[in-house]
Amino acid sequence: MKYAYYPGCSLKASGKAFEESLLAVCSALEIELAELDDWNCCGATAYMAVDETKGAALASRNLALAEQTGLDMAVPCAGCYGVLLKAQAMQRKYPRLADQVSVGLKAGGLTYGGRVRVKHPLEILAMDFGTKAFRSRVKVPLKGLRVACYYGCRLVRPESPFDDSHDPVTMDNLLKSVGARIVDYTLKSKCCGGSLTGTIPEVGQNLCYQLLKEAQRREADVVATACPLCQFNLECYQKDIARKYTDLKPIPVVYFTQLLGASLGLDPVALGFPRLIVPIEPILRERGIMAKAGTEPAKAGV
Amino acid sequence: MEHEVHTNGKEEVRIGFYICHCGSNIGGTIDVAAVADYVRTLPGVVVSKDYKYMCSNAGQDMIVEDIEINRLNRIVVAACSPLLHEKTFRSATHKGGINPFFFHMVNIREHGSWVHEDKALATEKAKAVARGAVGRVRFHKALEKRKEPVTQSVLIVGGGIAGIQAAQTLSNAGKKVYLVEREPTIGGHMALFDKTFPTLDCAACILTPKMTDIGSDPNITLWSYAEVVDVKGYVGNFTAQIRHKPRYIKEDLCVGCLDCIDNCVFKQGNTDDEFNQSLSKRKPVYIPFPQAVPKLVVIDPEACTHLNGGKCEQSCATACERDAIDFNQKESFDDIEVGTVIVTTGFKTFDAARKPLYGYGRYDNVYTALEVERLVTSSGPTGGEVVLRDGRRPKTVAIVHCVGSRDHQTNRWCSRVCCMYSLKLAHLIKEHTGAEVFNFYIDMRCAGKGYEEFYERLLEEGNRFVRGRVAEVTDVPVSAEEEGKLVVKVEDSLAGFVRRIPVDMVVLSTGLEPRQDASNVRRMFNISCSSEGFFLERHPKLAPISTTTDGVFIAGCCQGPKDIPDTVAQAGFAAGEAMALLDKGFVEMEPMTSFVNEELCSGCKTCIGLCPFSAITRDDAKEVAVINPVLCKGCGVCVAACPSGAITQNLFEDCEIFAEIEEVLAHA
Repeated sequence: MKYAYYPGCSLKASGKAFEESLLAVCSALEIELAELDDWNCCGATAYMAVDETKGAALASRNLALAEQTGLDMAVPCAGCYGVLLKAQAMQRKYPRLADQVSVGLKAGGLTYGGRVRVKHPLEILAMDFGTKAFRSRVKVPLKGLRVACYYGCRLVRPESPFDDSHDPVTMDNLLKSVGARIVDYTLKSKCCGGSLTGTIPEVGQNLCYQLLKEAQRREADVVATACPLCQFNLECYQKDIARKYTDLKPIPVVYFTQLLGASLGLDPVALGFPRLIVPIEPILRERGIMAKAGTEPAKAGV
Repeated sequence: MEHEVHTNGKEEVRIGFYICHCGSNIGGTIDVAAVADYVRTLPGVVVSKDYKYMCSNAGQDMIVEDIEINRLNRIVVAACSPLLHEKTFRSATHKGGINPFFFHMVNIREHGSWVHEDKALATEKAKAVARGAVGRVRFHKALEKRKEPVTQSVLIVGGGIAGIQAAQTLSNAGKKVYLVEREPTIGGHMALFDKTFPTLDCAACILTPKMTDIGSDPNITLWSYAEVVDVKGYVGNFTAQIRHKPRYIKEDLCVGCLDCIDNCVFKQGNTDDEFNQSLSKRKPVYIPFPQAVPKLVVIDPEACTHLNGGKCEQSCATACERDAIDFNQKESFDDIEVGTVIVTTGFKTFDAARKPLYGYGRYDNVYTALEVERLVTSSGPTGGEVVLRDGRRPKTVAIVHCVGSRDHQTNRWCSRVCCMYSLKLAHLIKEHTGAEVFNFYIDMRCAGKGYEEFYERLLEEGNRFVRGRVAEVTDVPVSAEEEGKLVVKVEDSLAGFVRRIPVDMVVLSTGLEPRQDASNVRRMFNISCSSEGFFLERHPKLAPISTTTDGVFIAGCCQGPKDIPDTVAQAGFAAGEAMALLDKGFVEMEPMTSFVNEELCSGCKTCIGLCPFSAITRDDAKEVAVINPVLCKGCGVCVAACPSGAITQNLFEDCEIFAEIEEVLAHA
């Protein structure tokens, strides 16, 4: 299995742990992620809001590059993923816009024929690779680990090609299959505040608080995310939020790929665990998923 | 064929041409006078006139008079669609004294003025199609409609209130009725209701006497727990096969004493009671509800230990004094002949789980309206107590309107009954519990006799109404007063802000949908459906219970969502139409059927497999195809397929078609 890998900016910076764990998991499963040569910014939500045509052109340059490879595109950042899908949908719906985009691409010596399939790693791992196949690779089941699966909004809305837009279950099923206990988490596709945590912190942080509080109420050990911005908001602002809302206790917020990697028995450093602000190792040790300090990590298949 | 063609080779042709203004419908776009002037110059045309409304009496009389005065023998009318007025003008032609099939109609409204904006081009097009009609009508032959007798009985499919009403009406007129119901009892959805809006009549009190009458009516053969599996034939002469599902009870012996139920080895119910919307359990041997008609028990093979191959002492069979229990019963079939069919197969309610944001199936205290109907009924699972699944009595209740209606994510249509049944449930919940009841609505649609007044009554009773589509039902609290409650999130579009209203119970007013197997039913009876899947009436205003298949009528919610009064009215209408057909005693068959020229037919059988109506057989002695004119619907498939050109179709003969094409394409 091989994909054209489009990391987007987050996975090279604040979401580095996402990239590390994703690449580690994929390499363990022999899924090849070939990073696109000369990829550019997806435009995020900001560019589309200012100038839709230019926003679509910016995103479509990446689609055009991916199309040259003839591969499906792997897009881990939920923001990029949403923007690329939107750029595709807009060009299907508005032929005039598609024409304008192709004029722009042509100036850069590119064409885009609309044939690229944009996929999120959740879809790739659960559907393309398959939950069953994944389960057969598990070496350290995440037994007893209580996980709140948090998808955020950008991954599934306005509509998702692989899951329900309000009650997605792909991550639930995937993590359940590696032994985790999935808590009932109805806020799974609610907004984390997006960039509001920076622009209007009282609003953004309140949204994060509600998400974390509910995870705590459901007795989750950890929140699993599929989006670098969700992870950033929920983890990096936790201290600030806890100062304001004193009933909140620290809770690790990780990428779902980090948990999957742990179940495959991969090296915690390769999975980006040291990058976490709220460490996950204590709870993994407590649950017997990771060896106690000073001893060797759990051995594969022993 | 420039000027001299006043004959068709057999007789002198004298054509009358009439073009209709249809008020401004046609006249506003097409220069009708110019078309009339033009057609007057065509060979064989003796009379060419335009008139404001050709379908009016005066318009028809004009044709009748002209036939006599000008010795016309062919008539062409350019007007609306033949679907609307072909019959009208054929009968005017006939009244004038000539064969009605010497008439031909040209559609210049639906195919002309309504779809074109350029007046000059629309007029040219009208001239061309009129020329085509004039060209072909000269070859028309005198044809006769055939008459076939009508079998004097009616098949009604579905025993809800629509089927019951239609059956009773027909029986009152002395007609033989077969009423086939899939469930063990008739009554349909209405039997589930406690009260009916807006009068708050007890549903059972008005329905069950009708059900009992059906059960004892000598004119009505009631087959419940049975399904129509095959239908053949045509208007006046249908045959249908009915499959009887095994009840495991000898129906002629069972008297409905229910001793078997009392003596079942299961002392408590072991399976979901469908009648109570799974809010209670029933035994494997059961009767759907006390007033079920026919009052026969049923053994559910899924739930019965013995029928599942398990060890059971079969105490039910021992308890039955009449030895009516028969575990070896198999399905059986009946073949019947009927003259006409009324399809009253009803609806299903929207599956509330399809709106995950409303939490049905996730939160215990989110109910569908149909479940609450059962809760408020004194014969329901709680004896009429409105209590939550944990036994608490709700203090605050939210009723969410338009669940699966008026929603682009699910169903776009308005289900018509939800506003009113929501009001009814609000009233009943308040009456039973004293709870504070919130209604969340988009618009209140209370159009009907006494409906608006009922709404006002609810307002006066102190029910709360919040205008806004509910965004979400959640159990995640953000304040102390929300702890342990369900929270309804809604934009109050009158107050202009987003509200969170904590409640104990949420009722989802689910909409009405076509039944899951509606498309199978549709195919079996050869009727159409609209894009949403409800059965399609022949005309939305003037033929709301007829279908595109003659002799098959529809009534009730299978045609579209409607309330009980409308359903009953429609069912009566369908019964009336069925009766008209029966009392007339015969049906006239259109003569545009196909026939085989035996000289040319090589007996290759190409046509036989292609005929969608199985109307063609092969005469092995003569080695030719034979078309049964009774079964032929005149679709023309065989005509086109015949490799030796041996099949011809009345009104679509080659000379007619080619003349029409030639004239349409000829430049004016």
